[in-house]
Amino acid sequence: MSGHRSGGGHLRPAGSGFEAKAWLFMRVSGVVLLGLAVFHFYWMHFAIGVDNIDFQTIVGRWANPLWRLYDLALLAFAMAHGTNGLRYVLEDYVRRPGARHLIKGVAYVLAAILVLAGAYIIFTFDAAGV
Amino acid sequence: MRVTFKVYRYQPEVREDPYYDSFSFDAEPTDRVLDGLNHIKWHLDGTLALRRSCQHGICGSDALRINGVNRLACKVLIRDVGSKITVEPLMGCEVIKDLVVDMDPFFGHYRAVLPYFMNEEAPPDRERIQSVEEREAFDDTTKCILCAACTTSCPSRWANPGFLGPAAIVQAHRFIFDSRDRGAADRLSILGERSGVWRCRTIYNCTRACPKEIQITKAIGEVKRRIVDDRS
Repeated sequence: MSGHRSGGGHLRPAGSGFEAKAWLFMRVSGVVLLGLAVFHFYWMHFAIGVDNIDFQTIVGRWANPLWRLYDLALLAFAMAHGTNGLRYVLEDYVRRPGARHLIKGVAYVLAAILVLAGAYIIFTFDAAGV
Repeated sequence: MRVTFKVYRYQPEVREDPYYDSFSFDAEPTDRVLDGLNHIKWHLDGTLALRRSCQHGICGSDALRINGVNRLACKVLIRDVGSKITVEPLMGCEVIKDLVVDMDPFFGHYRAVLPYFMNEEAPPDRERIQSVEEREAFDDTTKCILCAACTTSCPSRWANPGFLGPAAIVQAHRFIFDSRDRGAADRLSILGERSGVWRCRTIYNCTRACPKEIQITKAIGEVKRRIVDDRS
């Protein structure tokens, strides 16, 4: 296989240290997500039990604002962590700058819509109004 | 034992496309893969092009893809890879001829990290004293022989030829963590760029490929950590 030639010693400018912050964020959010997801898993599968999960379970859970915050944190961290992971993949494998910017832009917009839609439901959900 | 070498061939002056040649001959199980390649070169087909120099695992010239894994041909015994041996050039490099690849980009990245001792302070009367603990911090990365087995096994490097690659980061680590050196800030600023350590996705291919068993991914992690610590 004939490989591709490298660009030699050419390097992009350092900028604001965004990549360093992104790397740290991935470590921190990974640990936070592990805790959030494991506790969520334990709560739904063992404390409540899979067979007992129904609409009323969620109504009961969201009667407590702390649970709403918990679910918002789970959503926000999972989406931010996952979207940054997707950014890594796109940075690595989409070689044409135009296509890379376009796909990254679409991915960011989709991620933002999903987080906002989830946050909207979490904040406006009203069991009495259902 | 009877061995069959399947060797990648690329002879642009004779034939446009690369192809594979097979060579079968008798060899000792304790022969090295390099002995087999030498046998081919010396007795079966003198047109085979490959690099080797010291042939004792020090010069780093004969890193090759042997049965799909980056290894030094002079450090691998035939009995450890079996009787069917596929030998190919390192991946992610331009092949010049047969098993010889263009190493210029690799050494370009090596030079980019300022891989030499930097200290403008007046030298002391005798040596620059270093404690055992201070030496321990970079002892592992002094073992690098620049064979490129790590860098050419790195999927991030395959995807991004501009990525400095594990070997260059290992060489930078060797000086960044040397208590006698004063060039860490310069090197960290180079490694902190987008094509520096942040292209590493912690895949561990480099650590597995290293014939000197350097804990490369760990060293890269230490550099990342140092950049983050220095910023905060």
